[in-house]
Amino acid sequence: MSKILQVKNLSVHFDTHAGKIQAVRDVSFGIREKKVTAIVGESGCGKSVTAKTIMGLIQRPGVIAEESRIFFQGEDILTYTEKQWEDYRGQRCSIVFQDALTALNPTMNIGKQITEKIRVHRRTSRQEAWQEGIRMLEQVGIPGAAMRMRQYPHEFSGGMRQRAMIAIALTLHPQLLIADEPTTALDVTIQADILEMMKEIQKEQGMTIILITHDLGIVADFAQDIIVMYAGKIVEKGSAEDIFYHPAHPYTEALLRAVPRLDILGGQLETIEGAPPNMAAPPTGCPFADRCKKRLPVCETRSPQETELAEGHQVFCWLQGGNDDDR
Amino acid sequence: MTDNADRLLEVRGLKKYFKVGKNKILKAVDDVSFSIRQGETLGVVGESGCGKTTCGRTCLGIYPKTDGQVLYRGEDVHAMDKKSRQSFTKQAQIIFQDPYASLDPKMKVQEIIAEGIRAHGMAKNEAEIRERVEGLLATVGLDPAYGSRYVHEFSGGQRQRIGIARALAVEPAFIVCDEPISALDVSIQAQIVNLLERLQRERGLTYMFIAHDLSMVRHISDRVMVMYLGKIMEITTADQLYDSPRHPYTQALLSAIPIPDPRVEAAKVRIRMDGEIPSPIDPPRGCRFQNRCPYAEQRCREQEPGLREVGDEHFVACHL
Repeated sequence: MSKILQVKNLSVHFDTHAGKIQAVRDVSFGIREKKVTAIVGESGCGKSVTAKTIMGLIQRPGVIAEESRIFFQGEDILTYTEKQWEDYRGQRCSIVFQDALTALNPTMNIGKQITEKIRVHRRTSRQEAWQEGIRMLEQVGIPGAAMRMRQYPHEFSGGMRQRAMIAIALTLHPQLLIADEPTTALDVTIQADILEMMKEIQKEQGMTIILITHDLGIVADFAQDIIVMYAGKIVEKGSAEDIFYHPAHPYTEALLRAVPRLDILGGQLETIEGAPPNMAAPPTGCPFADRCKKRLPVCETRSPQETELAEGHQVFCWLQGGNDDDR
Repeated sequence: MTDNADRLLEVRGLKKYFKVGKNKILKAVDDVSFSIRQGETLGVVGESGCGKTTCGRTCLGIYPKTDGQVLYRGEDVHAMDKKSRQSFTKQAQIIFQDPYASLDPKMKVQEIIAEGIRAHGMAKNEAEIRERVEGLLATVGLDPAYGSRYVHEFSGGQRQRIGIARALAVEPAFIVCDEPISALDVSIQAQIVNLLERLQRERGLTYMFIAHDLSMVRHISDRVMVMYLGKIMEITTADQLYDSPRHPYTQALLSAIPIPDPRVEAAKVRIRMDGEIPSPIDPPRGCRFQNRCPYAEQRCREQEPGLREVGDEHFVACHL
């Protein structure tokens, strides 16, 4: 299947007074067209920074390393001019954030926020844009869409606000939608409704989605491909089947075992001792080495390279070969 | 139910109303009755705005009650004299959700932990206080030397451990854990839950564990209480609640939880609810859940169901 997006050797760091925070460190992956890929990891693993880089939203003090390349349908978007970025954002690629209350403009009604976006990119009359806005709100399951268009974000409940933000993101029918923790702030029942709605739209329109999340549960029935990140690096990538049923990296395994399962009763929860490393001085070896129960001496000194376990299933771990090519 | 003797906390018809604006009353907790036994963990679950946090805080006397009674070892929490009140605040503690907001940034960790020890005169001198603080830090898995640092130097998980050490400092018997893990990463959540479980075993603690993560609640609780718009919908043992939920709201809530297993998740049947949670200022007549319930009948719209026993230790507020 063709790849809509290819990320090659992406590194992003932030110059702060606490030092150079290396948020993303030499990450490469591809996103299959019309599929849902989840990027999974804990806070600070670099998943959101990766997403923002793909949207062209990294600003100073953030710095994208020179050797980084991101190809969207073959074009290197990191070489884009501001004008090209403007065409790309919204029309070809769109993003949905975790917190709709801060992402939406509180001083503008929802209708204005949708129509503004349409009219910036398309030559349409105000009226046509307004009608299009109503259709978008209906598509994401907001009842009374025509009336809702005139309301402000604070007049929406958390779930409806999230739907409105998704409607705005989908307005120009982008080929790629990045959803950055789209349901994290919501109650489980609302979360389930919104995920279901997103799934339906994705299937209908054949959209490509990158889902950024820390929750393996919401990934299970949504994503076809999964990328697991830890401390700025990819530790494992593969199909949902590979990651859930044949996890190869000790971090992936531990993450799957650290969440209690509603359908399986267990005794003590398995913990991952310690905490993620300081990203101002990330370890030179495998990022997970000091928390890993299976670590070898080599894990602490040298970073493992990619090992292909099966088609589309790759892991970065010395236990799986580590594929030492710097020797 | 078992006899009164082993009930640590007994809540009878508790109501907590807040005045919001002119002539509007928010019924955060509206006539709830339950009890917590010595040494058990009662999980309290429900969606935002269901009253679970208000309920926990009113039980501790942090909020004054509007009506009803909270009895701790038979004594009314809201009608205690100064001396009993002092003894109660030593025995009952709380751990908050947000370890960033609940610890004073201007105090050193040792001062935060020592505050309760001093207030209750539990140590003879400074040396003893220091010894206790160091012991507590070690108990929650932190380096005793961390006492001289400030809270901002710690990660979320470490802060939550400090919050637990602070609660443990006065040697309580009962702890209200108000969403103690929701702000933490998955790998850290398991650490904190295991710590809470170990402390319960070692010290015979009783927990009221408030959370919206139903998977974690099942893991830690002996019994679970489901709340919706200020009312108890169902209360029973953790196993019965998850294996044979009786209230339509419980069923809908459980079916909405994502399970980290693609095959299970694909086969799952979701019970849908209509619309969203109504405002607690103006809740629906009759059963509070009737306007979203897939099975609602005429009498659900007219009459409010009370809790009734449907099995061993299993109580449900539903007409059906």
